[in-house]
Amino acid sequence: MNQKSAFDYSQYNLPDTSGHFGPYGGRFVSETLMAALEELREAYEHYLKDPAFLKELDDTLANYVGRPSPLYHAERWSRELGGAQIYLKREDLNHTGAHKINNTVGQAMLARYMGKKRIIAETGAGQHGVASATVAARFGMECVVYMGAEDIQRQASNVFRMKLLGAKVVPVTSGSKTLKDALNEAMRDWVTNVDNTFYIIGTVAGPHPYPAMVRDFQAVIGREAKEQCMAQTGKLPDALVACVGGGSNAIGLFYPFLADKDVAIYGVEAAGSGIETGKHAAPLCAGEPGVLHGNRTYLMEDKDGQIIETHSISAGLDYPGVGPEHAWLKDTERASYVAVTDDEALDAFHALTLIEGIIPALESSHALAYAKKLAPTMKKDQVIVVNLSGRGDKDIHTVAAREGITL
Amino acid sequence: MAGSRLKPCFDNLRAQQRTALIPFITAGDPKPEVTVPMMHAMVEAGADVIELGVPFSDPMADGPVIQKASERALAYHTSLRDVIGMVKEFRKQNEQTPVVLMGYLNPVEIMGYEKFAQEASAAGVDGVLTVDLPPEEAEDVMDIFSSNNLDPIFLIAPTTTDDRIKKVCSVASGFVYYVSLKGVTGAANLDIQGVADKMKQIRAHTDIPIGVGFGIKDAETAASVGSVSDAVVVGSALVNKFEEFADKPDNIQKEVVAVLSSMRSALDSGMEKAASK
Repeated sequence: MNQKSAFDYSQYNLPDTSGHFGPYGGRFVSETLMAALEELREAYEHYLKDPAFLKELDDTLANYVGRPSPLYHAERWSRELGGAQIYLKREDLNHTGAHKINNTVGQAMLARYMGKKRIIAETGAGQHGVASATVAARFGMECVVYMGAEDIQRQASNVFRMKLLGAKVVPVTSGSKTLKDALNEAMRDWVTNVDNTFYIIGTVAGPHPYPAMVRDFQAVIGREAKEQCMAQTGKLPDALVACVGGGSNAIGLFYPFLADKDVAIYGVEAAGSGIETGKHAAPLCAGEPGVLHGNRTYLMEDKDGQIIETHSISAGLDYPGVGPEHAWLKDTERASYVAVTDDEALDAFHALTLIEGIIPALESSHALAYAKKLAPTMKKDQVIVVNLSGRGDKDIHTVAAREGITL
Repeated sequence: MAGSRLKPCFDNLRAQQRTALIPFITAGDPKPEVTVPMMHAMVEAGADVIELGVPFSDPMADGPVIQKASERALAYHTSLRDVIGMVKEFRKQNEQTPVVLMGYLNPVEIMGYEKFAQEASAAGVDGVLTVDLPPEEAEDVMDIFSSNNLDPIFLIAPTTTDDRIKKVCSVASGFVYYVSLKGVTGAANLDIQGVADKMKQIRAHTDIPIGVGFGIKDAETAASVGSVSDAVVVGSALVNKFEEFADKPDNIQKEVVAVLSSMRSALDSGMEKAASK
């Protein structure tokens, strides 16, 4: 499966009609869900061309989410690093503080157009859960969020936010009690309540059409960034950098640039304590292809095919799989996937906070950490666009605890 | 080669107008040495086919009961290879009872389809039910399975459309497995009339035996489902006993045999099914 395939610059149009990106993606689910996935695919393909749907989506993104998000030239930090100019795509300024809402707005609208009254979601750190609970409140829908019991302990304030927004948060106590188990549990709910329930998956993984659909809702990031970069610098960026857990903010930025050959693309995974320690969350850098959560992709697994636990300081990157389109972009070498450690991410977290006055999410800090390495290797007139996918307020307790500070 | 044991087994049962009883247990639950003796005991108690669950870390289609069974088995690192080894061991004393492996795709994927099919077949496995492998994704796999005399067992659900029933039946062999309710294994209550209607719908497309599972709780549900199907699959009701007696593994066999025996006699005494056909 790892044979090299060429990336098709002239007409990249994946996934194919059955949801495959080369050997990746697809629909690996039990029979009960096949009809629901087919219904969803039809609705999504229909409404993505429906002018009324698109107009409402644009209005909501503009006036509720706060788009377009700025593209900000981090001049001081760029000067300090002494190389390429770093521009930050400010997804942290969206309503709810991260890119997640671009997708939940789209899917909740789709649910409403499809006549589904109940939405469910899985969440790790709670960001996607909050974004789902937010749109459920906005559209007046019932919302149930599945969250690992471990994560509920670690993210008490997000749990409270979801409850304030009217969502029911269900603790998941099976398996490793984290994001992957929450996803399993949400799938089980969906299988059981498939008639009236819409499952909002938070990332570009899962069975077809989710990876394509979530990408299409997130691609607004890249479309705006392209326009803004042209307007501010008069050219396309030389490189894009984004962190990759499931990979939705990354694919959102990358997708509109895939056909632009001269734009280098870097996805940054979580190396945790270091790839060599085995304590990481970097399936593209150190995993193998397999099948989990409805799609074929790179996974963190043991020799028997059991999914193994991941480690990262950033809860949002703590996932053993990755979106199948990233797997394909890796194999075709259209994008490069690299990994940075917890310590490197923390360094970048502090750097951006001190030098630019922007507190980044720990997830986004992984992208920043790689940009910090990349910029000095490039010329001063070159441009790197980094996706600042979320704000770091949610992470200050983690950072404080890590540094032995009691708040 | 002559094909798997499933077809002759079901032909024989049909000739006797008997409904097959198919117990499901998770291999390696609560510890590996329990499994093979349990398989023999279940045959004694009236099992016609055995479904052996292959433990997986992320059993998305299973309810809490079977999920915990996977966790207990994985505590001993029970692997797909180990499960194949158990079937081989079982075959030393039992040549005729068909064995179906039921699990998820990833352990098969990492072992390699070809290698898996060869080793499973050589060990005496007859069919493979991969929960997260619908026919659309199974084309390559099916060729490999059939050239190794393994029947691919596919699921049909209450939500499966008529078109898909046709499609599934056209590629299935051994038997098809009707998931009798929306939901995960071990869930809620069965709607027998709904099951009976779906059986008619499926039978319009195929002669392949139909097994019904998910929600067979006791002798009574087994008998009523058995009156409209070719086989009943009982999983969570048995695996519950593994959970209840996980720390006294010596007692599990007696408990499981009691449940199976009661289902067997309920199935055998409620045999007006010929009339309903």
